[in-house]
Amino acid sequence: MDDIVKMIGLKNNCTFCGVFRRQALDRGAALLKVDKLVTGHNADDIAETVLLNILRGDIARLSRCTSITTGEDGPIPRCKPFKYTYEKEIVMYAYFKKLDYFSTECIYSPNAYRGFVREFIKDLERLRPRAILDIIKSGEDFRIATTTKMPEQGTCERCGYISSQKWCKACVLLEGLNRGLPKMGIGRPRGVNGDHKKDTKKPGPAVKSIESKQCGSLDFQNFGN
Amino acid sequence: MRLTLEFGGGLELLCDSEKIHKVNVDLPNGAAAADDFTMKHLLSWVRTNLIKERPEMFMKGDTVRPGVLVLVNDCDWELSGQLDTTIEEKDVIVFISTLHGG
Repeated sequence: MDDIVKMIGLKNNCTFCGVFRRQALDRGAALLKVDKLVTGHNADDIAETVLLNILRGDIARLSRCTSITTGEDGPIPRCKPFKYTYEKEIVMYAYFKKLDYFSTECIYSPNAYRGFVREFIKDLERLRPRAILDIIKSGEDFRIATTTKMPEQGTCERCGYISSQKWCKACVLLEGLNRGLPKMGIGRPRGVNGDHKKDTKKPGPAVKSIESKQCGSLDFQNFGN
Repeated sequence: MRLTLEFGGGLELLCDSEKIHKVNVDLPNGAAAADDFTMKHLLSWVRTNLIKERPEMFMKGDTVRPGVLVLVNDCDWELSGQLDTTIEEKDVIVFISTLHGG
């Protein structure tokens, strides 16, 4: 991640980290041939995600982000069992049971958008603690108009994973890093060969070329964060 | 007044990475205030004397930053009156930050 940040600067780090981490999780799960992938997202996280998607107008994610299980029709469904558990409860439990855990802050994105939403939600929680669960409930109750255009699920041309675009996000980001075009895959879509500044120098100094192997006909859920 | 203060969840980084602080706090404005020593007084004492950097990570206004859990003798301070909780000799107060990256 240090190398990536050296190349792309201090903005949009969450995109790279999140997409690559999710890909690593997916691939690792496939290698281990697991039945289900379970993450520790808690109520605060889900509420933040709902608000984040509203603020960014991401209707596709908004419809999916409150499902407790996603990807049931794929080979490895994903589940969030702590969906209704407040972060506060989890911390208190860990404290009283003397459980060891990491509590380091991410050093790469002090100005991440999610941070602002988190502040807002914490202030809401202080005034009315039920607000967090209520936001999740509202998120679950959203219904998208049938006339709204939604992205269609296809496969990535480069690696064969599930993707709603020609190339999956991980491939787009990777290609951008390897080609020395850090802005590729960031911001409003302009197509894979968008009109970026001509920056055809060799790729950044210490970027390890993480060659993604051909995955052929493997069909994995690869929804974003 | 002798107290034990603990910092967790990353807050210890604001106090020279010391998790446990055994402190002796001077009562504000005279001994008569022994019964009136509340969390409010303690918080400003902590901010002045223990927090060595980034005070905005610990406090917001008069109270702790939202997202910081406060336990007085292992009991959530929301049950004892938050800022009005009275503090007595040998109390153990724990501050845990619940804000972590993911």
